[in-house]
Amino acid sequence: MTDFSDALLTSVGLIVNLNQDLTEIVLLSLRVSFSALFIATLIAMPVGAAVALYRFPGRTAIVVFMNALMGLPPVVVGLIVYLLLSRTGPFGVFGLLFTPTAMIIAQVLLIMPIIGALTRQVIEDLWAEYEEQLRSLGAGPGRAITALIWDGRYSLLTALLAGFGRASAEVGAVMIVGGNIDHVTRVMTTSIALEVSKGDLVLALALGCVLMAISLGANGGAYGMKALAERSEK
Amino acid sequence: MTVNADSIFPLELTDLRYEAGDKRLINDLSFTLKAGPRTIILGPNGAGKSLLLRLCHGLINPSGGAIRWHGAQARNPSDFQAMVFQRPIMLRRSAQANVDYALALRGVSRAERKHLTQEVLEKTGLTEFAKRPARVMSFGEQQKLALARAWVLKPQVLFLDEPTASLDPGATYAFEEIIAEIHAAGTKIIMTTHNMGQARRLADEVLFIHQGKLLEHSPAADFFTAPKNPLAEAFIRGDLLWGPNQEMQS
Amino acid sequence: MRAIATVFATVFALGIWLYAGVSAHSAEKFITLTSTTSTENSGLLRHILPMFYKKSGISVRVVAVGTGQAIRIARRGDADVLLVHHRTSEKKFVADGFGVKRHDVMFNDFIIVGPTADPAKIKNMKDLTAALNRISSSKSHFLSRGDDSGTHKRELSLWMKTGINLKKVSGTWYRETGSGMGATLNTASATNAYTMTDRGTWLAFQNKVGQSILVEGLPPLFNPYGVILVNKAKHPHVKAKEGQVFIDWLLSKEGQAAIGEFTIKGKKLFTPNAKKGQ
Repeated sequence: MTDFSDALLTSVGLIVNLNQDLTEIVLLSLRVSFSALFIATLIAMPVGAAVALYRFPGRTAIVVFMNALMGLPPVVVGLIVYLLLSRTGPFGVFGLLFTPTAMIIAQVLLIMPIIGALTRQVIEDLWAEYEEQLRSLGAGPGRAITALIWDGRYSLLTALLAGFGRASAEVGAVMIVGGNIDHVTRVMTTSIALEVSKGDLVLALALGCVLMAISLGANGGAYGMKALAERSEK
Repeated sequence: MTVNADSIFPLELTDLRYEAGDKRLINDLSFTLKAGPRTIILGPNGAGKSLLLRLCHGLINPSGGAIRWHGAQARNPSDFQAMVFQRPIMLRRSAQANVDYALALRGVSRAERKHLTQEVLEKTGLTEFAKRPARVMSFGEQQKLALARAWVLKPQVLFLDEPTASLDPGATYAFEEIIAEIHAAGTKIIMTTHNMGQARRLADEVLFIHQGKLLEHSPAADFFTAPKNPLAEAFIRGDLLWGPNQEMQS
Repeated sequence: MRAIATVFATVFALGIWLYAGVSAHSAEKFITLTSTTSTENSGLLRHILPMFYKKSGISVRVVAVGTGQAIRIARRGDADVLLVHHRTSEKKFVADGFGVKRHDVMFNDFIIVGPTADPAKIKNMKDLTAALNRISSSKSHFLSRGDDSGTHKRELSLWMKTGINLKKVSGTWYRETGSGMGATLNTASATNAYTMTDRGTWLAFQNKVGQSILVEGLPPLFNPYGVILVNKAKHPHVKAKEGQVFIDWLLSKEGQAAIGEFTIKGKKLFTPNAKKGQ
């Protein structure tokens, strides 16, 4: 049990003293995961909504496939991106391996399925509820989509949080494509892995506490936003 | 968007058929409706009234037969129609925003929308709810809001599918008052109900539907005093159209 | 409408900030060095690389993985310089044309660690093969890294002299963790097992509960390092010039001194051994 209390104390110490290494690592982690969330949402949310609203041949296959991809292990995604970005790979000429950009690419691929699948579910349920009324008012799926997304904004926000959580918590993908390079591609999760491999379990756990604090902050913030919005509507 | 510009009436249905699976739910329906009289589509539950309304409004496509509006080739008939359903479907936004949305879909400018929305909320007595989330309103108030949303579009025809089925008498009265106002302003009312009292109160003409067939189409006065169809007569009397009663066909 | 515009503006600004942060490092001069986790975890690179940066202005980005993976990364041209400790693989790397030349740079050693209670009674033995045989016959747990690393390859070569068929006993007293040195040491500590580790990782390791050094200083445990420049002929984009500057510095008096002065908890770890006139 002392390991846990030591870890908690260490983490508080790290945060309070604004440890420089830690700040650098935290900022990079946030930058990578938020960038990935941004790009993944831009691609996956419209795709999820489109699959929800339109019927076309092969739709069921796409839905099943999207759902299944949510279970992709991060290390497999990392491996695939590594092989694509490696100098001997198809995109090697860009020299992106072992850079934060590679990490963002890997995380985008990792979280697109979950954002797409959850968006699809939310929009599908909303459309089932609203379709008749919206069509009566003259809005087919194309025109209704903005109204649906706005209407489902809180559920969709949860989808985004799920995506962010998956990105910021994974270590397999960023380790392989980033290389855990000190000051360049070292993020929270790879730092934790490194400290474990060095046997410094207390520091690893402390970093884990910091990571949890960030996740709590993100989720708490989202919840607070929702509460504020609801209060202002009254 | 005035009601009288280039009327889409008369509405002509010819041999309309609708099948789901191997069941024929609408069976060779033919009739013509003119703008003007309040049309009540009357019949027991399961007669196909709601289905008929949705076919006319264009929400469902028929399996056979034709639905023809006047001059329908030239423009989209749904631009001139609106519908209120049995349950109000409101977006998760304020009452005012829900009405505003319907106008925005029709391309009305922002200033116009604000003015029209305010006006219709006043006319339906919903001004106090304007900025509140529509979904926290009571069921009756939401149905009124649905009516307001339809009214603000100044449609040539307003379809209503058993809109007061779940409302208490007070709310029903208020609702029917507004329908009267809408009708007076020039909108054709086509409403379904299985409630005899409501039919008597509101109808100018009646279409009696049973098991997907049109059994009688008469002016209201004639229908209620001297119905031509035996099943219609039985229905008016208050009988359940079931079992042995169904053997009586016109 | 205004709300949507504000949201877009915020998101756009956020996007710029994120992108700026993420591409911050792309302007400076750097080379990519792939090396092993044991080298990185010892802290040696953290000690000497800033010195090199000060001298040359070239930043060295270290990707630290197992030896096998490091060599594969270098073969694919994803790194400019290779620094590992498995002579056979290094020679093959150069022979296959992926490396320009192999240079001696430093050496340290491996040690056998295990439970302080030492059930197999191998403490201070001078015959390594006999010690390993004792572990086997006493069925004491021995952890192998099983990850194709330099350490792993060396460990396998030591077992070869005992004639034991490791495949047959894997999963019984002989267990393969498939992990790095740190994870393996963690497991050894937790399960009272013997294992072979490099001295550097051991000295820096923080979780030595119930474990001690039992066998050390024997010739088969000698661990030499080699540094190789990836061949520009095979991979045209390799930063051959800067890479060579780094290698030259490592082999220079200054670089060698930096390696030699590095200590962990007061103990010297690496012995520089670059050949004169390389």
